[in-house]
Amino acid sequence: MTLLEIKNLKKYYATQKAVDDISFKIEQGSIFGLLGPNGAGKTTLLRMITGIFYPDSGDILFNGKRFDPLNDTKEIGYMPEERGLYKKMKIGEQALYLAQLKGLSKAEAQVKVKEWFVKFEMQSWWNKKVEDLSKGMSQKLQFVTTVLHNPKLIILDEPFSGLDPVNANLIKEEIFNLAQTGSTIIFSTHRMEQVEEICDHIILLNKGQKILDGTVNNVKQDFKENLYSIGAQILPEHLMTHIFEVVKHQPDKLLIKLLYDTKPNDVLNFFIAQGISINSFNEVMPSLNDIFIKLVEGTDNARQFQKVQ
Amino acid sequence: MSKIGLIISREYFTRVKKKSFLLTTILVPLVIMAFYAIIIVIAVKGGADKQSIAVIDNAGLFTDSVAPKSKNMEFTFIKYETESSFINKYKAQGYQSFLYIAHIDSGYVLHSQSSVSLTTTSALEKIINKQIEAKRMQAQGIDPAKYNSIAADVSVENTIDTKEGGKKSVAGVAYAVSFACGMLIYMMMIIYGTQVMRGVMEEKTNRIAEVIISSVKPFQLMMGKILGIGAVGLTQFAIWIILIFGLQMVIPLIFPDLLHQLNDVSQAGDKASMIATTLQGLSSLPILKIVISFFFYFLAGYLTYASLFAAIGSVVSEDQQEAQQLMFPILMPIILGFVIMTKAINEPNSSLAVFGSLFPLTSPIVMMGRITYDVPIWQLALSVVLLIGCFFLFTWITGKIYRTGILMYGKKPSWKEMMKWAFKKS
Repeated sequence: MTLLEIKNLKKYYATQKAVDDISFKIEQGSIFGLLGPNGAGKTTLLRMITGIFYPDSGDILFNGKRFDPLNDTKEIGYMPEERGLYKKMKIGEQALYLAQLKGLSKAEAQVKVKEWFVKFEMQSWWNKKVEDLSKGMSQKLQFVTTVLHNPKLIILDEPFSGLDPVNANLIKEEIFNLAQTGSTIIFSTHRMEQVEEICDHIILLNKGQKILDGTVNNVKQDFKENLYSIGAQILPEHLMTHIFEVVKHQPDKLLIKLLYDTKPNDVLNFFIAQGISINSFNEVMPSLNDIFIKLVEGTDNARQFQKVQ
Repeated sequence: MSKIGLIISREYFTRVKKKSFLLTTILVPLVIMAFYAIIIVIAVKGGADKQSIAVIDNAGLFTDSVAPKSKNMEFTFIKYETESSFINKYKAQGYQSFLYIAHIDSGYVLHSQSSVSLTTTSALEKIINKQIEAKRMQAQGIDPAKYNSIAADVSVENTIDTKEGGKKSVAGVAYAVSFACGMLIYMMMIIYGTQVMRGVMEEKTNRIAEVIISSVKPFQLMMGKILGIGAVGLTQFAIWIILIFGLQMVIPLIFPDLLHQLNDVSQAGDKASMIATTLQGLSSLPILKIVISFFFYFLAGYLTYASLFAAIGSVVSEDQQEAQQLMFPILMPIILGFVIMTKAINEPNSSLAVFGSLFPLTSPIVMMGRITYDVPIWQLALSVVLLIGCFFLFTWITGKIYRTGILMYGKKPSWKEMMKWAFKKS
């Protein structure tokens, strides 16, 4: 089932096309990666999905209906990149307040907050103030306040910044849990290794446009370069063949690129015919990092100001 | 509870629960009461310590039989000394100063170690003049009793003619009440206005603004803050009023003979009779009208300016200096209002005062300056309508600036950009 569908969304600022005709769909229960370099339009896009901005044109369908910022925001939990809390307010009160703003009653909020505080071992924080917390601790609190009203759609913008590996893992586990129980997660980041680990589906934005859309596996398949790594005991200096070319030569390891329509089995046959014993044979998939850099590199580093008509 | 209600209650309770709120709310009326108490004590006790003044009367103006009398001064006549011989001695003999009279028509010198207060010299002059007059009357053969019956001392009393009949105008009291009300509104508008600005800046620099406006509309957040802080102001006033009335009830219980004493003195002393006049004046003022207009003009004036302060808070970042710069054009009309108010108290029906009390940016302050005098009903109505209209206009414009500004980080926008946000179609 599709939870969120974006159709031809546009938002132009005075000097920039921040979001320029973007469409995509997000399935319920999936973890969706929204990628892109700085200034690609991610934040603007997220702000439209959360109802903070109105799009210039295009449609947002939430749960099959036209997105209604007034009523649908309670189904959304948004943790923006620019985030924070009231420094002087007690932590328990603050969590209650934010939950009530999302539409929970006071009693419901109390139950939920206690539940999450127990889960994250934060019970002793209740009467502390945010200014007493370390950055990682307040990050955890921020995560809790984002998800405690049980939203259908959770939007996390760089959720791991400032977290140590232990706490980052805790939150990662929680993201998987939430997805399993039916929440849909939009995950926006620059950290590609996290995306590979967490996301099912990704899109890549650059200069306000979508330049890539697919599951992590499909994207990798699309961008693979027919590279294989071969491990062997002894490799001859020169391999005379037309079915592949050697990209990198190490004494016991080769990185090869298959030519034309060579199949992996042809390569194996070739080595067997040569009498070389092979230890390992792996396809080398491009990392998302490589794909990201390949696609974004070459375009201007930062956005230039442009005329919008 | 609705979302805006939640925001209002958060803004309200976080401020009211602060210790500083309790402190200022209770201390201010106590300071005011203490001030009153001091005035009363001075009036009852009759001021400063007695001064002892030595007199060398070479002209024979005073004789021992007609030794001058004064509440604050005690005179001792020194004989067998000259001005130059006594000048080094009076201090050692316990006199604060000594008066040397060389000749009856001129040459009165008051010697002292430090400068003598104006009240002392003028009291002294009064005594001397009276004595000279008595001497001259004697020389002219005029009977002092006869002269006293001729001399006139009248004061003009202003009566205002209304439909209910004439009533006494107590200009001094009206003046003081007007000034106090205008001053309070002036101070409260600035104090609570800047609180709104600080609150918005806090939300922006803490980066919580975006978290919150993913749950509520920016306009709800802005109005919630403004109304919550306004409620804090009203609470403060309410506590003050209760405290002042409470103290008025309690004081006579603690000092039962204070009022009695006051009445006694009011027959004799100048200052005490002033207090009696004050009480009489207060009771002649239209208290209900003043209280209602005070609350209306405080609320409407605060609301009108608070949205401006909120807009400023939303466009500046951490930099306090930027906030100061942007605040300046908003403080200008408030200060202007205060200046016009001080004029309006003296000339409540001058064209400047009328203009100031109609113009919505100054009317909350200026109208309070005129309120104790009879303001024509059409002016009052027009002023109210203009002020409410101005409030809606400002809130509509600043809401748009706020909505854009609160999510902008980095550079402060120019006035031109802000105007563009304000008049952009949503």
